[in-house]
Amino acid sequence: MAVVTESIVEGKLEAPSEDKTWGEMAMKMTRKYPLGAFGAVIVVVMIFLAIFANVISPYDPEANAFEFMLTAPDGQFWMGTDQFGRDILTRIIYGSRTALFVGFSCAIIGASVGLVLGVGSAYFGGRFDLFFQRVMDVFMAFPLIIMALAVVSIFGTGTQNVIIAITIPFIPRCARVVRSSALAIREIPYVDAARALGFTHSRIILRHMVPNVMAPFLIMLTAFVGQAILLEASLSYLGLGVQEPTPAWGLMLQGGAEEYAESAPWVAIWPGVAISLAVFGFNLFGDALRDALDPKLRQQ
Amino acid sequence: MYKYIAKRILLMIPTLIGAAVLVFFLLRIIPGDVCELRLAGTGLYADPAEIELCRENLGLNDHIMVQFADFVIGFFILDLGDSMWTGKPITFELGLRFQLSLQVAFMATFVAVIISIPLGVISAVKQDTWIDYVVRCFSIFGIAIPSFWLGIMIILGLLIITQAWTGVPWMPPIEYVSPFEDLGANLAQLIWPAVATGYRYSAVATRMTRSALLEVLREDYIRTARAKGLLEKLVINRHALKNSLLPVVTIIGIEFAFLMGGLVVTEQVFNLNGLGKLFVESVLNNDYNLTQALVMIVVMVFVVTNFVVDLFYAWLDPRIRYS
Repeated sequence: MAVVTESIVEGKLEAPSEDKTWGEMAMKMTRKYPLGAFGAVIVVVMIFLAIFANVISPYDPEANAFEFMLTAPDGQFWMGTDQFGRDILTRIIYGSRTALFVGFSCAIIGASVGLVLGVGSAYFGGRFDLFFQRVMDVFMAFPLIIMALAVVSIFGTGTQNVIIAITIPFIPRCARVVRSSALAIREIPYVDAARALGFTHSRIILRHMVPNVMAPFLIMLTAFVGQAILLEASLSYLGLGVQEPTPAWGLMLQGGAEEYAESAPWVAIWPGVAISLAVFGFNLFGDALRDALDPKLRQQ
Repeated sequence: MYKYIAKRILLMIPTLIGAAVLVFFLLRIIPGDVCELRLAGTGLYADPAEIELCRENLGLNDHIMVQFADFVIGFFILDLGDSMWTGKPITFELGLRFQLSLQVAFMATFVAVIISIPLGVISAVKQDTWIDYVVRCFSIFGIAIPSFWLGIMIILGLLIITQAWTGVPWMPPIEYVSPFEDLGANLAQLIWPAVATGYRYSAVATRMTRSALLEVLREDYIRTARAKGLLEKLVINRHALKNSLLPVVTIIGIEFAFLMGGLVVTEQVFNLNGLGKLFVESVLNNDYNLTQALVMIVVMVFVVTNFVVDLFYAWLDPRIRYS
């Protein structure tokens, strides 16, 4: 009984939520999802660093300065310099631009295309759905690294092609999750009502069904950002991703991290810390978002 | 049930054919071919007639549909053919690397299981306490850390620690030794990549254990078990954990399938000659036969694992079987 009364009291307190300011809402979320709030802070700091990279960073991220080659961290270079004498802190700050650009592009494109395809597949159903699911199966089963190697071999390396290589496997993953939610929505009478009113298929899909699968869509989207950052780092590390001299965290590890690991460990340590923290932040945030949006998993 | 199995097996065929079409044409869009690379790749002059002869020998001049038919038929009669780069049978090339990849996959799974199940259980039982937060942070971190970077850090750590202790820096051996010849040397090499990948892998499994157990703990029969005065330990171990392990086993199975061919980056860091490295080499060499065979194996493992998992679910849970 205690649980019930508590929730009733909470419900009363929550009722006038429209009057709350953003700050109050943020405080409430922080109390409810402390880990999520921590993740959000990391994400916000990263976005801030990316936007103001040119103001914050002490040096030029691409200019070589061989006189400072592999300098150990000191007052002048807080994280040391790499084998071209470039300041590692500067390159990490600029690298957040690359990571965020790739992360958000892949997540937004992959999840959006998956959203439309998943809802469409559920809406049309029948043979189209069956055929479409098989196509999605193929892309899910296909090894990512081969896809990336093929994209790079055909179109060449570069940021844009990394985005293509990472986005392709995201589409079926999102489509599948969205489709299973959309299948339930298709059975709700308002879809029949919309059909009876003579609305076009695209209108029903986009205006009536898509808004109702926003929860799984947003959950997939935030999960994709972290995954994309990690995949971009792996591909760049293998030399298949972003190319020099663009500052990118995975690339900084490829550059010479292993060769100099013993004599200049800072070259190998900091970019990895940056990748881990960024992905950690997005994952914490995404987990809290999932708990908040998915009623099935909502904590009691 | 038989109808369900038959339907699922039939549904695997289009996926395999789709993957075959995709890899076949994807490889042929890539500019250049294995003959050009083999004869002219070093930058030396190569006689066009010689390249032509090489193409003729490898069947690259056949009509594209003939090549495709050869590939698909070969796959169905389990004849993978020869590598276009080394000229040796593909089964031989695979055999060289299979043992190593399999061993690393097993060891990583072992590491993952011993970490993830206890941690997942503690996290679920102590939900929303500081222990839960620590475990969740630990597991989310496992997903966030690139395993290749963790590998670099492990090697670096070993170098520094051995330098400090013995004065001589020590690195894991690079040469692969079979565990049946020298178990010590074998483990000294492979335990590190197993830990680096096992941590990531355990993170996924810990989260799955936690959420599955949380879901089961809300079931009525758990309340009944508690109401009849059963010790909390027995409620968790006997009643709840058993029923929540199914999704955990699933995720372990799927990750295991992935580990067999997906360790490309980790193998790079530890300089292991496994299937992942072979994968990258075969694409870079335009070795169509080998890439096709590897892709088909990976897709096959993926599809079959999914099938077995679904079957397992349907067998255990009649609600799925009849829907």
